[in-house]
Amino acid sequence: MPIDLYRIDDRLIHGQVVVGWGQPLDIRLIILVDNAVACCDWEQDLYRMGVPPEMELVFADVATAVRDHPKFASDPRHSIVLTGDVATMHALLSGVGTIRHVNVGGLHHRPGRTQKMRYVFVSPEEEKELRELIASGVKVTAQDVPGARAVPMEAVLGIADAADDSGSAERSA
Amino acid sequence: MTSSPGGDPSGGEVQTPPAPRAIVAGHGTFPQGIVSAVEQITGFGNVFIPLSNSGLSGEDIEGRIREHAKSSGISVFFTDLPAGSATIAVRRMMREDPSLILVTGTNLATLLEFVFRGEESPADAARHSVEKGRAALDTQGNR
Repeated sequence: MPIDLYRIDDRLIHGQVVVGWGQPLDIRLIILVDNAVACCDWEQDLYRMGVPPEMELVFADVATAVRDHPKFASDPRHSIVLTGDVATMHALLSGVGTIRHVNVGGLHHRPGRTQKMRYVFVSPEEEKELRELIASGVKVTAQDVPGARAVPMEAVLGIADAADDSGSAERSA
Repeated sequence: MTSSPGGDPSGGEVQTPPAPRAIVAGHGTFPQGIVSAVEQITGFGNVFIPLSNSGLSGEDIEGRIREHAKSSGISVFFTDLPAGSATIAVRRMMREDPSLILVTGTNLATLLEFVFRGEESPADAARHSVEKGRAALDTQGNR
């Protein structure tokens, strides 16, 4: 079964992921791709405690996630691939090559980031990477929860032809 | 046990507001809402400091909780979802200080019980509060 969602969310495992998306999509597998978490047992235990028993949580660094992507994508369970930042998702997409849609679910305030939406703040480097993804044909949308409208990242970043959509999209989210 | 959190009310004197003894952290306005319910029912909403995770990164949530816990000397934390970012933040704090106490799945009955257990140790008060909160969950009617 194809992976249901590729999500960038700096909170990683939290309510929106486990419950907000997990329940309506019937998610049974979460692949958390993060080089730091992948090598830290304590961090993994912390996040494992946050998922219900019917959900499997797999940890992988980027290289492992790229290598094992075919296995994840053919798993019969509904699944989410989760990264905590744009760079990790960008590296994953570059390595896999077949991922066509990315969800930006939460990039919160941090020094050096500029606010684009209520839950989307990006640094110049992150914006550059998102623009590269879009230019490569990946559909990138901002959407924190399933009930909100998916806002094209072109509109969020003010890329031509979609800029007018940004304000109304944010209000409806 | 039903001791008053603000002192003995039998003397007829105006009670001093109780010092905060716990932080309630969670999603949206859940913390403010449930603490306002405690205030409406008991008049002792000040036992809790409500903190929302809205719009904050995991680091900032943890930073806010740490800051309030330190300034108020608080070691008990009530959160809503076991998978929530506030819960994750407190668990990170517990790594450094195993004496901290975390209650997840908080409901109103849990907090009301905690209010009136101010003379117990934080651990005992939290344990008794969880028992009360769990017992309050029920389903009625089957048609």
